[in-house]
Amino acid sequence: MALTTSPRIATAPPAHSPAPPAARSYRLRRRWGRLIVHIVVVAFMVVWFTPVLGLFVSSFRTQGDIGDSGWWHAFIAPLFTGYNYQQAMQVIGLGQSLGTSLAIAVPATVLTTLISAIGAFALTRMRFRGRTVLSLALVALMVTPPQVTLVPLLKFFDLTKLYGTIPALWLYMVGFTVPFGVFLVRGYLTSIPEELFESARIDGASDLRILTSIVLPLCAPVLASLAIMQFLWAWNDLLTPLIFLGGTAVAQPLTVNVAGLVTATGQGEAQLMAATVVSIIIPLLVIISMQRHFVRGVLGGAVKG
Amino acid sequence: MNAMMTSVPALIAIGAVVIPLLVYALLGVGERMLQLVGGRAARYIRPWFWLIVPLGLMAVVLVYPMAETVISAFRDAQGRSWAGGTNFGWAFSGEMLGILGNNLIWLIVFPLGTLLLAVIVAVLFDKVRYERFAMTLVVLPTAISFAAGSIIWRQIYEYQPAGSAQTGLLNALWTLIPGTKPLAWLQTPTINNFCLIFVGVWSSLGVAALILSAAVKAVPAELVEAARLDGAGEWRVFRSVTLPHIGGAVLVVITTEMIFALKIFDIIYVMTNGNFGTNTIANRMYFELFSSQNLGRASAIAVVLLVVAIPIMIINIRQFRAERIR
Repeated sequence: MALTTSPRIATAPPAHSPAPPAARSYRLRRRWGRLIVHIVVVAFMVVWFTPVLGLFVSSFRTQGDIGDSGWWHAFIAPLFTGYNYQQAMQVIGLGQSLGTSLAIAVPATVLTTLISAIGAFALTRMRFRGRTVLSLALVALMVTPPQVTLVPLLKFFDLTKLYGTIPALWLYMVGFTVPFGVFLVRGYLTSIPEELFESARIDGASDLRILTSIVLPLCAPVLASLAIMQFLWAWNDLLTPLIFLGGTAVAQPLTVNVAGLVTATGQGEAQLMAATVVSIIIPLLVIISMQRHFVRGVLGGAVKG
Repeated sequence: MNAMMTSVPALIAIGAVVIPLLVYALLGVGERMLQLVGGRAARYIRPWFWLIVPLGLMAVVLVYPMAETVISAFRDAQGRSWAGGTNFGWAFSGEMLGILGNNLIWLIVFPLGTLLLAVIVAVLFDKVRYERFAMTLVVLPTAISFAAGSIIWRQIYEYQPAGSAQTGLLNALWTLIPGTKPLAWLQTPTINNFCLIFVGVWSSLGVAALILSAAVKAVPAELVEAARLDGAGEWRVFRSVTLPHIGGAVLVVITTEMIFALKIFDIIYVMTNGNFGTNTIANRMYFELFSSQNLGRASAIAVVLLVVAIPIMIINIRQFRAERIR
């Protein structure tokens, strides 16, 4: 700034003489730089949003139109219909799938949040041998590839008659995310001053009382972050229900149903688009309305350097 | 009982209300008993009692299966007798080599591609006033399942023979260039791997960008100003001031995305189902598990994944310890 305005003060050159060449080229470069920044940012916005827009537009086009022309033609010759949604609901049982997705994701979210809070509380606010080793084990378990657990768990669920039931998915999803959850809440809990817990203990509060009246309310923000992340994961997961729900009486969750439509022949592209929209609408609303909490979860969950 | 296990409201009530209450009751009863025991014994037992539920879950879902997978990798297809190293011999020969090669491409291109774009997003978005809105658009795909994301991109990569109207956005744009013919993006080997990887990048960029963006904003503003006053250009400021300060965040992004690349399944399952030379380890494992029902081979593949993940576990542990000492 100082550089660009300096000619007009102090040394004030005669009006007809141009600004020093160095300053002029600097200003010019800066202006070009700003323009390039805007172009790149807008390019990212376009490339990242256009696919979503294409899906929404396609889901309201007729099967014939979808086969004949790209979705952007809908802006030239608009012809929209809700028929795809109606068909998707009736023919491919989207309503039941929506129910199964909710029955998987809601309990998995509540249980993960509660159990992670309990684990983090014990790990940070109680002194015992093996505490450090346990923390390190959590960090290691956080990156376990799920594939490593599938074969034995299939046998386990078979043996316990849990195979093909939704509670089997809760068990798996909660157990798999608890290391991350404990790690995330732990980071937040350590920032709460120890005196708060001490004074509660002096007042005669039990640990259970401390959990319900200090830990849970104070950790509400980080627990909200954890809940959002777990909800998105449980809702969006394909591999887990594909393997543990199998071909059973339970209606498939949305991800499995929609993925199955791709390989199944005969189902129209238009229905697939409508079904896909139904499968993403709740997660999209969640992330848009609670972006702040999501960001906190992402930043708190990263093992920082 | 059966009807209850398939009724959505009943399941939600059980999972989100009844089980949490049971956990609470368990803690209450335990605390009461610990009070009766009292003294040093209670102090010794209490933490472990509180950890029963979280540790028990981890033991059942993660630790015990991991150990058993390692054992069954050395046993035959049905797990009846020892098979020595034959499953691993198979895992590193024949068609598996191409699959491992694909995973290697994912393991290198995906994290580096995501990192490069995330750094650009973090640094350049910081310079515009509409940053929040722009970031929301980039974060949006994070909420979309890989299955749905793959369906979205399958439509973009769609191919129609030359001469007919292109219904896929990419080919419609591509054929605007004079002299080009429409490409079958998902069916052409090598190109298709990169097309699949880009779907992953599209889905994951949001999280990587959020992490790097926070790191970029944490770079002391005085340092940046001082460098500018010394006449450093924007590129020089980035290289000498910003980059050294965001090293930790870069490592986080790289390790996170490597784990993601390692276990990539959904995108391939939906878009090509492993055909046209795009198969990966996790997809092959699913095939071995359900189509071939070869538990030995499926386990051996899983162990390969675990072994590749171990260095990343170690990096994370070291970072975690360094963070605690500071």
